[in-house]
Amino acid sequence: MVSQRLGGKNGVFRQVKGSIVYVLCLAAVLVSLFSLAVILFDAIQDGIPWLNLQFITSFPSRFPAQAGILAALWGSIWVVGLTALFSFPLGVGAAIYLEEYAPQNWLTSFIRLNIANLAGVPSIVYGILGLGLFVQALALGRSILAGALVMTLLILPVIIIASQEAVRSVPKAYREGAYALGATKWQVTQGVVLPQAFPGMLTGTILALSRAIGEAAPMIAIAALVFVRFVPTGPLDRFTVMPIQIYNWVNLPQAEFRGLAAAGILVLLVVLIGMNSIAILIRNRYQKRAR
Amino acid sequence: MVSDVKIDVRGLNVWFGSNHVLKNIKIGFKPNAVTAVMGPSGCGKTTLIRAINRLNELIVGSRTTGEIFIDEENIYSKETSVFELRRRVGMVFQKPNPFPKSIYDNVAFGPRIHGVSDDEELQSTVERGLREAALWGEVHDRLQDSALDLSGGQQQRLVIARALAVNPEILLMDEPCSALDPMATAKIEALMRKLAEKYTVIIVTHNMQQAARVSDYTMFMYLGEVVEYGITKSVFENPQSELTEKYITGEFG
Amino acid sequence: MEKPARKLASNKKQQQVREWIIERLLFSSAIVSVFTTLAILGILLFEAVDFFKQVSILEFFTETRWTPLFEPQYFGVLPLVWGTVMVTIISLAVAVPFGLGSAIFLSEYAPERLRKTVKPVLEILAGVPTVVYGYFALTFVTPWLQNFFPQLIVFNALSAGLVMGVMIIPMVSSLSEDAMLAVPQSFREGAYALGARKHEVALRIVVPSAFSGIVASFILAISRAVGETMIVSMAAGSTPNLTLNPLESIQTMTGYIAQISLGEAAAGSLEYRTIFSVGLTLFLMVLMINLIGQWLAKRYWKRY
Repeated sequence: MVSQRLGGKNGVFRQVKGSIVYVLCLAAVLVSLFSLAVILFDAIQDGIPWLNLQFITSFPSRFPAQAGILAALWGSIWVVGLTALFSFPLGVGAAIYLEEYAPQNWLTSFIRLNIANLAGVPSIVYGILGLGLFVQALALGRSILAGALVMTLLILPVIIIASQEAVRSVPKAYREGAYALGATKWQVTQGVVLPQAFPGMLTGTILALSRAIGEAAPMIAIAALVFVRFVPTGPLDRFTVMPIQIYNWVNLPQAEFRGLAAAGILVLLVVLIGMNSIAILIRNRYQKRAR
Repeated sequence: MVSDVKIDVRGLNVWFGSNHVLKNIKIGFKPNAVTAVMGPSGCGKTTLIRAINRLNELIVGSRTTGEIFIDEENIYSKETSVFELRRRVGMVFQKPNPFPKSIYDNVAFGPRIHGVSDDEELQSTVERGLREAALWGEVHDRLQDSALDLSGGQQQRLVIARALAVNPEILLMDEPCSALDPMATAKIEALMRKLAEKYTVIIVTHNMQQAARVSDYTMFMYLGEVVEYGITKSVFENPQSELTEKYITGEFG
Repeated sequence: MEKPARKLASNKKQQQVREWIIERLLFSSAIVSVFTTLAILGILLFEAVDFFKQVSILEFFTETRWTPLFEPQYFGVLPLVWGTVMVTIISLAVAVPFGLGSAIFLSEYAPERLRKTVKPVLEILAGVPTVVYGYFALTFVTPWLQNFFPQLIVFNALSAGLVMGVMIIPMVSSLSEDAMLAVPQSFREGAYALGARKHEVALRIVVPSAFSGIVASFILAISRAVGETMIVSMAAGSTPNLTLNPLESIQTMTGYIAQISLGEAAAGSLEYRTIFSVGLTLFLMVLMINLIGQWLAKRYWKRY
C-alpha cells in the first residue's frame, strides 16, 4: 500500500537532498559566471592604466613607456583579412557541394568524416602543417600569406559546418518550387538557396574569423619572430599578431610589461567584441525578415 | 493519327526503395480539360503527377520504368531535357510555396532562368501571369512587397501565376486548396475552370464535391493502380468498380 | 504525316557544360579538407620517419627523460605526455562538476528566460582567447594559490589546469544542456506522476537519458584540453617532468612544440624534427580520443 503521508517515510530526507542538489547546481552556474567576471575585471584593471592612444600607435620597444601594439594590430588585420578572402568562398563552396550536389558514396562520406575530424585537430598541429608546407615546401617564408593560408585551413571546418546548417535550414518547398519551374541545379542554388542561406553563412564566417584573430598557437609556428617594428605593406611581409605580442610581453621580466600585455588584451577583446556584435546584428536582422 | 490524348501514360512503374508505389499505370489525359485524380491516402496520386514532370527524380532511391508521352514525345527518353519539360509542365503544391522574394521576383523567376532578360519583356510576362491567375487586381500596386505577406489564397494564386509565366501547356495541381479557407478555395476552383480553356489541368484532390464541381474527367486510384476512369458525372453516378463505389460512399478514404 | 519537332530535346549543351564546371569547382572546395588531412599526416610522418631513424621508437615511448636541447640528449616522450594528461585531468576536475552542474541547472531548474540569457553568457567563456586565460593564470591565479600553497612555483601545472578547466566549462555545459533538453518531456512527466521530486527526475531520469550527449561533451572537452597550447605555454612551464605533484613545473606536448617553434632549432636538425615526432604523437592521441568518443556515443545512444 502506498503510504498515506505526503512524501512517504523519507520525505524530509528527500526534500533536503533536493535542496542540496539545487544549491550545488546554482552554485556551479554562479561560480562559472563569476570566473568570467574575474578574468575580465583582472585584465581591465591591469590594462587600463596602459591603454591610451600612444599604445595603439606605437611599435614595441625595450622601454615600456614607449611600447605599443601597432605592428601586431596591423598584422592581425592583414592575416584575418586575407583569411576571410580565402576561407569564405572555399567554405561556402564546400557546404553547397555537400548539401546540394554530393552523391551518396564513399567519397562523400570520407569528405564529411574529414571535416568533422579536422574540427578537432589541435591548432598547433595546423601550425606545424603551415611550417612544413607553406613556409618551407612552398617557400612562402614566414609571411602573412603563409599565416593566412594556415588560418584558412584551421577555420575552414567551422565555416563549412555553419554554412551547411544555413543551407539545410532552407525549406525543401522552395527548392521544389524552383525545380518544378524547370530550373537547373545551379539555378536553384543561386536563385533560391544561396539568398536564403547567405546571412547564416556570413554570421558563421565572421564568428570563425573572430576565433582566428585570438589564435596564437598556429601563428607562433609560422611567424616565430616576436619583435616586429614595422607595419606590413604586403602579403609577403613578415608579421606578428596581437596574441603573440601579448605572449611576448608576458614573458618579459619587467613588471611594466605585464601591464602592456593587459592593455594588448583589452585591444584584442575590443576587436573581438566588435566582430561578434556585427555577426549577431546580421543574424538578428535577417531572422526578422525571413519568416 | 490525330490523338486526342495530351498526356499518354504507358506502363508506368515507380518504386521508392523496395516500395512499389505505382503499378503499371496506363492512362491518357485529355487536353483542355480538368482531370481529377482521386483515391485514398497512399494510393499513389501524388507520385503519378510528379512522374509527369519528373519531380520524383529528386527523391533519393526512386526508380521509374515505363513511358509517358506528351504530344507523342516520350518524356523519359534520353534526349529529353528535363528542364524544358518542367517549363512546359507547371506544378502547384499542396502548401503554397512562394519564394521569400518580392511578388514580382517570384513570377519573374521562371522567365529569368529560362533566358528572358529584357526588362520590358519580363514586366509584360509578369503582368500576364498575374492576370491569368486572377491576382493582378489585388497586387498590381505592390509588386515589390514580399510574397510572404500575402494571404494563403493569394499565395497559391501567386504560385499559379509563377507557373503560368513560363508558358506551360499542362498544369499539375496537388490538392491545391487543402490548406485554404472556403472563400479562397472557391476563387481557385473558378480559376481552374477558366485555365482549362487554355491548358490541360490535372488536379489531385481528396474532396469529391470539388471533383464534381470542377473536373471534366475523374480517375480513381487504389494501392498504386488505376481502378476507374471516365467522365466525372458517370464515375460518380454510375461507378463501374466496387472499389470506386466504396470510396464514393465513404467506406474508406 | 510530319513528325512533330522535337520540342523537348535539349539544345542547351552550353548549359550542361556550365553546370558541370560549377559542380567541379564546388567539389574542389570540398576536397580541400581531404587535402588538409593528407597534408598534415604527410608532413608529420615524413619528418617523423627521419626522426625515428635516429631515435628508436622504443626509446621514444619508454624513456622517462626528455632533454633534446641539453647534453646528454634523452628522447623519451613520456614526460610530455604525462604533462598533458595531468593538466587535462585537473581541467576536467573543474569543468565536469561546474559544467554538468550548470547544465542541470539551466535545463531542469531555470525558467526559459533565464536560460536564454545565461547560456550565451557562458558561451563567452569559450570565446575568450587563450592568451587571456594564460595571462590570467600567470598573473592572478598563481599568486592567489600561493596563499594556500607557499611552495607553489611560478610555473606549475595546477594554475594552468584550473584555468583551462574554466575555459572548457561551456563545452561541457552547452552540449550536456542540449542533450538534456532533447530528452522528451513525457519522460519527466511519467516520473513526476509517480511522485518523484525535481532532483530525482533530473538525476535519475534526465541525466541517464542524455548520457550519450553528456559523454560526447566530455570527450570534446578532453580533446580541447589536450590540444590547447597558450595556457600551458604561459603558465605551466617548460620543464618536462614526470611528477605526480601538480605544484611543480611541467611541460605538455603542445607547450614543447611552441617552445621549439619560437626557438632557434635549425631546420633539418634532430631537435627540429622533435616538433614532428611530438606533433605526430599529439595528433594520434587526439584521434584516439575522438574515436573512443564516437564509439562511446554510439554505444550509449538512445533513440527516441
